[in-house]
Amino acid sequence: MIEWLGTTFDLPQHVVVATLGLWAVLVVASGIVLALSARGAGDYRELIDRTASWWWMIGAFTFAIAANQIVAIVFLAFISYLALKEYLSLIPTRRIDRGLLLFAYLAVPIQYLWAGIDWYNMFLVFVPVWMFLLFPALMALRGETQNFLRAVGTLSWGLMLTVFCLSHLAMLLVSGEVHNPVAGGVGLLFFVVVLAQFNDVAQYVWGKLFGCHKVTPHVSPKKTWEGLIGGVLTTVVLATFLGPYLTPMDHTWSALAGGVIGVAGFLGDSNISAVKRDLGVKDAGGLIPGHGGILDRVDSLTYAAPAFFHFFRYFFTP
Amino acid sequence: MTRVLRFLFFGVVVRGAILLTLGLTVRNRERLPTRGPAIIAANHNSHLDTLALMSLMPLSLLPKLRPVAAADYFLSGKLRGWLARDIVGIIPLDRAKIRKGADPLAALEEALDRGEILVLFPEGSRGEPEALGRFKTGVGQLAVSRPDVPVIPVYMHGFGKALPRGSSLLVPFNCTVSVGERLYGREFDGPHARREFMAGYESRMSELAAAETVPDWD
Repeated sequence: MIEWLGTTFDLPQHVVVATLGLWAVLVVASGIVLALSARGAGDYRELIDRTASWWWMIGAFTFAIAANQIVAIVFLAFISYLALKEYLSLIPTRRIDRGLLLFAYLAVPIQYLWAGIDWYNMFLVFVPVWMFLLFPALMALRGETQNFLRAVGTLSWGLMLTVFCLSHLAMLLVSGEVHNPVAGGVGLLFFVVVLAQFNDVAQYVWGKLFGCHKVTPHVSPKKTWEGLIGGVLTTVVLATFLGPYLTPMDHTWSALAGGVIGVAGFLGDSNISAVKRDLGVKDAGGLIPGHGGILDRVDSLTYAAPAFFHFFRYFFTP
Repeated sequence: MTRVLRFLFFGVVVRGAILLTLGLTVRNRERLPTRGPAIIAANHNSHLDTLALMSLMPLSLLPKLRPVAAADYFLSGKLRGWLARDIVGIIPLDRAKIRKGADPLAALEEALDRGEILVLFPEGSRGEPEALGRFKTGVGQLAVSRPDVPVIPVYMHGFGKALPRGSSLLVPFNCTVSVGERLYGREFDGPHARREFMAGYESRMSELAAAETVPDWD
């Protein structure tokens, strides 16, 4: 059965097993949520919404990796586009820059093209160098200097976070192929995405159960040291088991990677929390019921994806 | 044939385009009417307003949905007229005739009596993005003359950023639609019923607007 799935969808067998495991966890978790809400104590509306959304998100992710590499890259690019759109909708903008913002969306397919054709150097410099130089110049040429620095700063930062950082997922998928005999690029992608999301859930659960000492009371009052440490440790444990199965890393390196993903995920999450607090909104959007917007879901990946990518590239790519 | 085109346009083209380019956050969707007659009264910043509002209603209600729009603008030109009248299904308001004293509301009252759902914009034409303009009182008069028809205030935000007046360039932005609690003409009586209704409508709209966090430095 696993062999058949592997050949039908052209997936490494280890990824097939891991995906089935992910679905098993989802089914069990949904069962627990249903059982809890059936007992009726407390309000489980949000938890049910969250769980239902996980079905959609894991479904979309499974479809994307099972179809083929191009579908997966388009899927990841679409997430970047949604995140950029949500970001640009949240921040103040100048009316004169409307046309430029349309142009900024174009950076998404171009950046993912570099990832898709595995042009690593261009992938690295396109947003941080070329887009960074181009947009301020275009804005300056239009001649409006009021709020110029703010407009340049917010746009550059948003492009870095939603396009450049998230596109590391696609680069990992494509460039990781030859460096991961165990489960290919898709194994690496699966590893970082699932661990970063798992880390979010683990920090949330540990925080709910034992949280009392706040890490950043001003940025996000719900984050506690107990949640952070418990979450990262849980992620390290899962990474230790999952790493050797999905990546060329042994147990020690996998544990270290788990730590990198856990801490980076926490920082990415805090980063978006600070943005939301600055703008005075609770959620970045309403796209995903129970979770908020797409930025609320991928915030940890904006840090975890590049952090893991470069960790892996530095230590495991000749 | 036109009917099929209309369903395809709203079911596939409009919904698909809105899903890809805008992304709507809808607050209190359950307050939208599920049958006619009803009046949806929203603020107006963009041509997208009408299409987005209509896309929130189930397709089964499409034959009953009638946006109210200016005849001189939308019926000028063959293609635009066909799109507006047959595909979008507008009820044209003739602004020139209204100025000469014709009753502008007769056609709308007839539509309500047929059980249709009017989509109208009391601000009249599209205003400055994200700023509530002055409301014309026609909707108050309609509400008073049809006291049992619910009027649903809707505040739309972000559309003026995505496709403002005077631009044909659609830039993707997330937009918000907040549906307010319905008002009935019957809740207001006496000689100033229309004015009181408008005051009630305005306060609902300001409440909805105040609940949105609006980015500044435009």
